[in-house]
Amino acid sequence: MKIIYTLFLFLFVAFFANGQERFLTKTGTISFFSKSPMENIEAENSQVLSIVDADSGQMAIAILMQSFLFEKALMQEHFNENYVESEIYPKATFKGNIIDFDKISATETPVKIFGVITIHGESQKITIEAIAKKTQVAILMTGDFYINLADFAVDIPSIVRNKIAQKIKVSFRFNHKPYK
Amino acid sequence: MRNYILTGCVLLGSFQMTAQDLLTILDKETPKSENVVTATFKGTRIVNGHSIKNRKSKELEFIIAHRFGRVNTGFEELFGLDQANIRFAFEYGVTDDLTAGLGRSSFEKTYDGYLKYALIKQKKGANNFPFAVSLFGSVAAKSQKAVVGSERTFAESLYYVGQVLIAKKVNASFSVQITPTYVHRNLTAVAADPHDIFALGFGTRLKLNKRVSLNAEYYQQFDKLVSIVARNSLAFGVDIETGGHVFQIILSNAITMVEKSFITESTGNFFNGDIHLGFNLSRTF
Repeated sequence: MKIIYTLFLFLFVAFFANGQERFLTKTGTISFFSKSPMENIEAENSQVLSIVDADSGQMAIAILMQSFLFEKALMQEHFNENYVESEIYPKATFKGNIIDFDKISATETPVKIFGVITIHGESQKITIEAIAKKTQVAILMTGDFYINLADFAVDIPSIVRNKIAQKIKVSFRFNHKPYK
Repeated sequence: MRNYILTGCVLLGSFQMTAQDLLTILDKETPKSENVVTATFKGTRIVNGHSIKNRKSKELEFIIAHRFGRVNTGFEELFGLDQANIRFAFEYGVTDDLTAGLGRSSFEKTYDGYLKYALIKQKKGANNFPFAVSLFGSVAAKSQKAVVGSERTFAESLYYVGQVLIAKKVNASFSVQITPTYVHRNLTAVAADPHDIFALGFGTRLKLNKRVSLNAEYYQQFDKLVSIVARNSLAFGVDIETGGHVFQIILSNAITMVEKSFITESTGNFFNGDIHLGFNLSRTF
């Protein structure tokens, strides 16, 4: 009988924890910047979904590629059609762990996030340095990092090679609120 | 001992649940957005005729297009290159859905203006719709001086074209378009020529790779001019995308690029070698 109680207790705890301690945003911002001698290209997506599990320090991000807005419509079309192939790979995702999540306080705390980022169907391990702030009602995370286009099999033809940087700077800002 | 193992299993199971769940939750929370299908065609033309593609709002495009003479004219005419019809045009995105264009062709010194409106868009996701519909209307005015004895008024120099463009992007590399067309001319060369001609256009593009596509276009006329040996328009094109431009290389049985003209006034027999080499160059501002 004792075992049944123990099991129920754990299940209850697990369930309770799942339901209560998550923080989510649907309006996270990710922008990227490509700097090259010929042309600077910038795009922003402010409909990024991000979730943090405050129990385990796990984090997941889902990005709809078609929601990136560019200065020029033609750039946006080329981005979706030729580079990230949004029709085939509509989403980019990240799943990982925030290291030392418990140490994040109500003031800005530098943290490392370790995980796997998937863009254009290609997955890469990545460590991201971020600034985090945690209160009872919000978890704010901001930061930037660089990705290498070649790591994600994004092919840049020679004719535009001096217009598009190989290393792209990605900036993010997620203000998570309690989920449910 | 058994208890510990069981407890361990449940613990592991519940942790596993947490680990797997985060992305699944995000999937569930993703708003059901409607995805408008874009880039059905790369250019605003399939080959000679219009595609459903519009210029974006406030985008100005300058187009220079050439059609050379027939390739079967031989070496003396350098396979048609000695002769050329040139059309230059400005096309402007009034809104994302409405494009206006003004052009001038050297052939018969023709001015043309058009409006193209995206009525219905092909959509995936929330408000799924299987194809796109655009409306197209153009007016062409012939300004070449008439020969003595057959002078015409300005109204008699006008031609009107109305089209319904129905297009579907079947998949990332294959798109089709059906184009019911109505052409009206105010003045005909001979009394037996019809003032109104209905035609049905078929267009398609096949992407060979991310930047190159092969296009084909055919207009079936249901009535033909009798004053000339009118043939149905047939044309093939290759679209090459180079950053800010789309470059089109064209083989066509028509030397003209204005709708009223290539649809109803083509006389070339494509399979007899009456082929006009041409290209469309565009620069977007």
